[in-house]
Amino acid sequence: MARRSGRWLMALDVVAGLAILGAVYMALVYAPDAANLTSENEIKAQHIFYFHMGCNVASAIGLFTSFVASILFLVTRRRIWDSIAVSGVEMGLAFGIGVLASGSVWARPTWNTWWTWDPRLTSAAVTVLVYVAYLMLRGAVEDPGRRARFAGVYGVFAFVSVPITFLSIRLWRTIHPVVFGAANPDSQGSFGMGPNIRLVLMYSMFAFTILAITLLIHRVRLELRREEVEHLKEQLAA
Amino acid sequence: MLEIRSLVKSFGRKAVLRGVDLTVAPGETVVMFGPNGAGKTTLMRIISTLSKPTAGKVRVGGIEISYAPDAVRQQLGFVTHAPLLYDSLTAEENLRFFGRLYRLNDLDARIDALLRQVGLAARRHDPVRTYSRGMVQRLSIARALLHDPPMLLLDEPDTGLDQHAAAMLHRVVAEVAGVRQNGEGEGKRASVLLTTHNLERGLAWADRLVILAGGRVAFEARRGDLTEESLRETYDRIVGERG
Amino acid sequence: MNYLRQVAAIVWKDVVAELRTKDIFSAMFVFALLSVLIFQFAFDLRVENVKQVAPGVLWVAISFAGVLGLNRSFALEKDKGSMEGLLLAPVDRSAIYFGKMLGNVLFMLAMEALVIPVFIILFNLPLYLPGVLLVVLLGTLGFAGVGTLFSAMAVNTRAREVLLPILLFPILVPVLISAVKLTGGFLDNIPLSENINWLQLLVVFDVVFIAIAFMTFDYVVEE
Repeated sequence: MARRSGRWLMALDVVAGLAILGAVYMALVYAPDAANLTSENEIKAQHIFYFHMGCNVASAIGLFTSFVASILFLVTRRRIWDSIAVSGVEMGLAFGIGVLASGSVWARPTWNTWWTWDPRLTSAAVTVLVYVAYLMLRGAVEDPGRRARFAGVYGVFAFVSVPITFLSIRLWRTIHPVVFGAANPDSQGSFGMGPNIRLVLMYSMFAFTILAITLLIHRVRLELRREEVEHLKEQLAA
Repeated sequence: MLEIRSLVKSFGRKAVLRGVDLTVAPGETVVMFGPNGAGKTTLMRIISTLSKPTAGKVRVGGIEISYAPDAVRQQLGFVTHAPLLYDSLTAEENLRFFGRLYRLNDLDARIDALLRQVGLAARRHDPVRTYSRGMVQRLSIARALLHDPPMLLLDEPDTGLDQHAAAMLHRVVAEVAGVRQNGEGEGKRASVLLTTHNLERGLAWADRLVILAGGRVAFEARRGDLTEESLRETYDRIVGERG
Repeated sequence: MNYLRQVAAIVWKDVVAELRTKDIFSAMFVFALLSVLIFQFAFDLRVENVKQVAPGVLWVAISFAGVLGLNRSFALEKDKGSMEGLLLAPVDRSAIYFGKMLGNVLFMLAMEALVIPVFIILFNLPLYLPGVLLVVLLGTLGFAGVGTLFSAMAVNTRAREVLLPILLFPILVPVLISAVKLTGGFLDNIPLSENINWLQLLVVFDVVFIAIAFMTFDYVVEE
């Protein structure tokens, strides 16, 4: 059983790797330059956008998984959900930092600054901080049962706070380009989305989704083994 | 009054209680001994609903604790080494507060009677902060008896008390817990489950004695079947075996 | 009805204890004053229009002082073991949450009732506007609503007091933003209709998070 699931996972690893290689190719080589941008640097930097959005999707998958797993833990009290929740947070956080980093690299040539206190950037940073706090909370509780309960409660608070924080964006003036939904007339560095750009974007988000799921499965397996090791150590000590 | 069947409690994967079976009959006083780490406090905390069992059944007055915890809490009085009182409130205010939580009627009369019983009537308006250890412990007993519970849990109530204070504690418990004051079952004795490290004092209190070791009930006897020496011998043997 | 009486008993107990020691209140009030003072030094050099920074300074002072008070609230119960006395009583856990929360709201409001006049004197701002007071009330409710639950968690961790602001502030961002926006709006005489979204946001936050805290408090205090 473990053997077979290991084989499936290996196949998934290969698929995820190929999908990401494909995304690199699509973003850097295949994707056309955006039509309305003028400076050389801005045009090159725009290609980061595919990874930026990819990380965004992967991060959202991780954090949403942790939210659902947190609720399921509180309802069922099964440890596996706690393991999934912490895995989701770690993965969501890693890709969330990827979102901030790729955004910064893009912002430097486009907005002429690494960082601005634009509300959308601010709320992304707040989201990252919320989940850093989640991990610190886990680190500060020794009893595994209590750690899981506290983390479950905080996981629910954290995820519910994210949309309310994002809601405040819509109320605030923003210079961040809006690529989906209504365009923002005040935004700087926005670009038209031709059909090819849209295609590359969709593919890139798809590739990052596969990557996210693969990493999540690995992380959960790692967490289960870590718990097993902890248990064996305790038995040896006793 | 109290029925415990195959009770297991683990923290993480570390088992503290590994299948405890214990009963306390109505009106009976059971004294529990055991080395530190044997799980005495954990067991008391589970019975009192402060801690959740991992597996097994606990019934108080016929009610399963996980099924109706509030109904169980209403039937229990719990005294631990921590006083569970508020330092900056007076004795009377402390009792008034807990009386309201327990939804008691006729609170004033009850508080008067209890404070007299534990010998604190003269100090009723002083904040608990100014009390000696022995006085705090007596007030703590008054708090546990406030709602006239049919079952009393006393977890090492004599810890940190000098001989004189311990003797007074003994008298108060025997007197107050011995005969229930009012309500249903008037005049009947309350059931008591008590832990202590003092074998002599425990023997004097008990109808029945148990020794908890390694997360199980390792020994059980009626008081009449034991002398202090044979109890000490048995205790040393059991605790010694477990290392 | 019994439920409300038990909630009231817990509030009564906290208020009586606090009136006697004034531990929490004095620490919060002095700390709020100190933060105002520090901001005064920090901003005095550059800022020309006090009105622009005053709402922010006010809410930072309230938040910092509030965290201090929230920490004490459960630390006092935990250190004396009296939290267990509460848990042993036949009281619904959520009644303990509401009792402690309302106590915290009262302590914070008392602190604010003294800090706001100080603000009015130091910055010459008309903060006694009814709108501002409404915002202070709603903001405090959200703050204490989330903070009471988190403080019950924080005292049961190894890091204890240190952890509370780290858990609390990122979650409270919407409360702080909207409270600052609304306070500023009232000071600038902007009609409420223009800022109504912020008021709605604040109310939604309070309702949603107090509801979640109500549902999850059991998990925090059980063992």
